[in-house]
Amino acid sequence: MFIRDFFDKLKPDFSKGGRFEKLSSTFEAFESFAFTPNTVTGGGKRAFKGSHIRDAVDLKRTIITVVVALMPALLFGMWNIGHQTSMAYSLEWGFWQEFWNGFLRMLPIIVVSYVVGLTIEFLFAEIRHEEVSEGFIGTGLIIAMIVPVTIPLWQLAIAVAFAVVIGKEVFGGSGYNFLNPALVARAFLFFSYPSHMSGDSVWVAAPFRYAGDAVTGATPLGQLMASQPLSASALDMFIGTIPGSTCETSVVAILLGAILLLVTGIASWRIMLSVVIGGGLMGLLFNAIGANEYMQLPFYYHYLMGGFAFGCVFMATDPVTAAQTNSGKWIYGFLIGAFAVLLRVLNPAYPEGMMLAILLMNCFAPLIDHCVVARNIKKRQKRWERRIM
Amino acid sequence: MNSNRKKLIVNPLSKDNPITVQVLGICSCLAVTAQLKPAVVMAISVTVVIALSNLIISLLRNTIPPRIRIIVQLVVVSALVILVNQILMAFVYDVSKQLSVYVGLIITNCIVMGRLEAFAMTNKPFDSLLDGVGNGLGYGIILVILGFVRELFGSGSLWGYPIFEKLGLYNIGYENNGFIIMAPMALILVGIIIWIQRSRNEA
Repeated sequence: MFIRDFFDKLKPDFSKGGRFEKLSSTFEAFESFAFTPNTVTGGGKRAFKGSHIRDAVDLKRTIITVVVALMPALLFGMWNIGHQTSMAYSLEWGFWQEFWNGFLRMLPIIVVSYVVGLTIEFLFAEIRHEEVSEGFIGTGLIIAMIVPVTIPLWQLAIAVAFAVVIGKEVFGGSGYNFLNPALVARAFLFFSYPSHMSGDSVWVAAPFRYAGDAVTGATPLGQLMASQPLSASALDMFIGTIPGSTCETSVVAILLGAILLLVTGIASWRIMLSVVIGGGLMGLLFNAIGANEYMQLPFYYHYLMGGFAFGCVFMATDPVTAAQTNSGKWIYGFLIGAFAVLLRVLNPAYPEGMMLAILLMNCFAPLIDHCVVARNIKKRQKRWERRIM
Repeated sequence: MNSNRKKLIVNPLSKDNPITVQVLGICSCLAVTAQLKPAVVMAISVTVVIALSNLIISLLRNTIPPRIRIIVQLVVVSALVILVNQILMAFVYDVSKQLSVYVGLIITNCIVMGRLEAFAMTNKPFDSLLDGVGNGLGYGIILVILGFVRELFGSGSLWGYPIFEKLGLYNIGYENNGFIIMAPMALILVGIIIWIQRSRNEA
């Protein structure tokens, strides 16, 4: 085959002692992108050393499955961007025109996210003489999917660079980070440029070559924060035809991805379920208190608004940053859901609590695991002592 | 000046920096560096306090009973800090307002007590003075770097002068970074400085 020959011909140059030895990581990355690597888990220079199960499901395949699972939300998001523009400016576009418009809006965001992130990943891999990790293929797409559509691209580029360097590479790269890099990027944007990340003028893109006044569109969370009545029905929010971050509005599309992740066993059903339970119980608790209108909101609305569904399916379940033990996962997920709703309802500064809830629990995941393991050891020791007596 | 004495000044600037290597005095370095001017004033104040207290304690070192040495050191440091505070209030009142409690908190700055215990108690006065100046400058360098970066990218100005506005950066869509003003970002910046310094010193 032509491509195989091409790589085989180039290989000596990039191997040790070859002309382009310094670029060996880059070569390896492109070869592994084009072909299935002939090594299985355990073959990596460093990434999987010490693993005793040699399985053909490597990081590459895991990440690709996540990317496929993101597709429904991504495609729906592209259409929704165009749809929101068309609705807000009463343009009466057709379906394909809406999709094409959203696609043109979305493309630069994805390209900037990938180019900046992958450039830094390649640089670090070359400096450290490691293989380029596939981790960013998923992260890069997720970053593009959780920002407002009107985000200035240079701000996005800075945020991606910050997330990859400070969120990931300083800890040793993919698999060593303790915070979800996509959320680090979003949090960086949120705290650095708040006027571009919240409010009601950032969620709807103006049509191309439009010179008039911008039309505003508030998200359901923004309306609740300002004590306005909700303009969208629960069904609208479920389907996702509401203003919001680029690709996280549609609960239906996210659920399709969730099914794929659960069937393939890549995401933990324990975490997803416990996030839903945690958010629901917190919502019910607020219903019981009912001190203001926000608290009286039916609890299931919290699942439909903002980034709850997206965070629950794609970010809380990130295997690197989540708790590792099974009972730890229940605690971790439950607290994410509970904190997300708590922040939404009680904190006047942050309309959306999901991002901060996940980042907070990312920090606590190792502690939860430690406690679970320690408790287990103690329990077994007691059982053993009883048998000895 | 012989090479040993030179080392007393030069070492704390990079190889033995009180903030990035000994990781002391982090609290004040996060708190006062949102702008350059307070950072510089703070750096000077701390340098003066460390240098003078080192000198005084070194002069007294043979007469201080070991069991009450911490109290004696504290009395000397507090007296100096109160002096510095009064001078700041008299001559640069606005900066003194900005620094608020952090001038008073120089007393609790670990670098001051650390140098007194580790150096001034066992060394001659002149050496102690040099050591104090060196450590104060080492602390000051980091403060000035942080203050420079944070004011430039956080507020778009330097020493209160709106430099980015004059350059016309806002007209082409640039915006100040709100995160860099907050304390967490200062800590991350300190981390980045440590990162650069270690990888340079290793090589």
